[in-house]
Amino acid sequence: MVILQSLVEALESLSANKLRSALTILGIVIGVAAVISMLSIGRGAEATITGSIQGIGTNLLFVFREFNDEVTNPKPLTLGDAQAIADPFQAPAVLNVAPVLEDSGKVTVGRESTITSISGVTPEFAATRNVQVAEGEFITQEHMLGQASVALLGPATAETLFGRSSGLVGETVRIEGRPFRVIGVLESEGGSAFGNQDDRVLVPLTTAQTRLMARTPRDRVDTILVQSVDSDSVPQAQDEIAQILRTRHRTEIGEDDFSILTQEDFLDTARTITNVLTIFLGGIAAISLLVGGIGIMNIMLVSVTERTREIGLRKALGARRLDIMIQFLTESSLLSMIGGLIGIALGWAIAYAVGQIAARSGTPINPTIGLDVVLLATLFSTAVGLFFGLYPANRAASLEPVEALRYE
Amino acid sequence: MNDQVIEARNLTKTYKMGDVLVHALNGLTVQIARGETVSIMGPSGSGKSTLMNIIGCLDRPTSGEYFLDGEETSDMKDDQLASIRNRKVGFVFQSFNLLRRHSALANVELPMRYAGITSGRKDRARQALDAVGLGDRMHHRPNELSGGQQQRVAIARALVNDPAIILADEPTGNLDSKSGEEIMRLLVNLNQERGTTLIIVTHDPKVAAQTRRSIHILDGKVED
Repeated sequence: MVILQSLVEALESLSANKLRSALTILGIVIGVAAVISMLSIGRGAEATITGSIQGIGTNLLFVFREFNDEVTNPKPLTLGDAQAIADPFQAPAVLNVAPVLEDSGKVTVGRESTITSISGVTPEFAATRNVQVAEGEFITQEHMLGQASVALLGPATAETLFGRSSGLVGETVRIEGRPFRVIGVLESEGGSAFGNQDDRVLVPLTTAQTRLMARTPRDRVDTILVQSVDSDSVPQAQDEIAQILRTRHRTEIGEDDFSILTQEDFLDTARTITNVLTIFLGGIAAISLLVGGIGIMNIMLVSVTERTREIGLRKALGARRLDIMIQFLTESSLLSMIGGLIGIALGWAIAYAVGQIAARSGTPINPTIGLDVVLLATLFSTAVGLFFGLYPANRAASLEPVEALRYE
Repeated sequence: MNDQVIEARNLTKTYKMGDVLVHALNGLTVQIARGETVSIMGPSGSGKSTLMNIIGCLDRPTSGEYFLDGEETSDMKDDQLASIRNRKVGFVFQSFNLLRRHSALANVELPMRYAGITSGRKDRARQALDAVGLGDRMHHRPNELSGGQQQRVAIARALVNDPAIILADEPTGNLDSKSGEEIMRLLVNLNQERGTTLIIVTHDPKVAAQTRRSIHILDGKVED
């Protein structure tokens, strides 16, 4: 009853200065909306990135060459390394091994051309990396042996070059000026943490070695993709690969010239990055909420000054310090609470709009507005109102009744 | 019980204005009996307003004793003073001091709210407004009422907590002579009907003439 009365009175007093109250509320609305939308977009981005990392398979390991100054005689990864890892006796936890050569190059069809990523891969790549062919066939052992000039196009690349992504088998594309026959188009995978996986060209590894990406030594590869038997055997596979490579590269323990990354490593990195991003965006948004709070304080101070006589009268009629405090705190928290509620709605709308725009531009981000974010924003904005209302309210409550009544 | 509703002994009040000490009250002693009508007069600077503030418990004396309705108030804390103002003093101001956004009824309810009264407030406020002859204007806001009517609302507000004294500071100062006379008649009638002590601070000898006793203040003391 008492609370209700204070609320009604605060509402009346706020509606007496509608424009001023609305502008003050707007400050909080912008702050809360910024916090909500930034946090939810950040979370959506995190979900998208981790989702796409998980999409590449939970039992995938990446072996890279590591350039380490401390290793006395570092050696690159080679096809021989890949074959050794594929040996089921040396590495029972390994299911598939796919050595990869990677580079970017210019792909041309008639007048259309594009710079895209070109990977030299083996037939095992399809199974290891879980790549599906939308039409045509994947690279076969025959293509490998014959160093055939054949290529598979990612759907986005096909779209760029031909304006369509089907009916392309048998067409010819030029990669770095050399003609390649299209043997298939890949299934769309969508964007991922590793760039757009739909914009790429796959050629047989042997072809890449001899015609496109000459490396020294000749059998060098850039990456070896390894698929373990199942997701539980990832650590075991990691140990086995490390053991094999250390033996083959004759390096001392602790001086590896290679590094093995698992999906978990990528997930960790991605989470760290998106968390930093979310905190950064949220922090900027929180500053705007703070500015909104200062707006409340400003307007409440003006209001206290304007109503000095009213405060004096209330005190003369028997209002205690606390009564006056509550009166002004109710007003300031009401301002921030209304702002908070509108801000949540607006923030949700912004997050939704950003999600839609992201989806249209091919990077699906699903902004997730958790209940915790909403609660946090409501609590935070009300706390802002209380905190920034405290000083003006205290100033009002401390007025001397005699002085206040005399105030013109 | 003591039939002196106001008992002030040796009141002094000293203000510091810059480096100069101003002695607004200088050992003032005054008594007012329950049910009396008293006017307090004096030129400006005489300490009249200071005395009124102390009588109304809006301010504390620098030294001396002040009993309001038998309660010693000179060493009370702010919130205790607020409570005693609420229970024992009904203020009527020269400029009415009504809350503009509230109806007459809500204005009259205000002292009961600070008294912590939750039930029957509307009824009591209505009765008070009836008593000042504004029973038909309860839902009007101050700007919809004439000056005299506004002052009646203020008087109803002063009455509603059934105080020991009504302290009126130039109650007719902002009114034309006709409404001023009406307000004075109302105050005096209320004093006769209810026995509420009426203390009027005024410049106006015509107003003072309607009270039974006049206290003249000069240089912070009661002039004999």
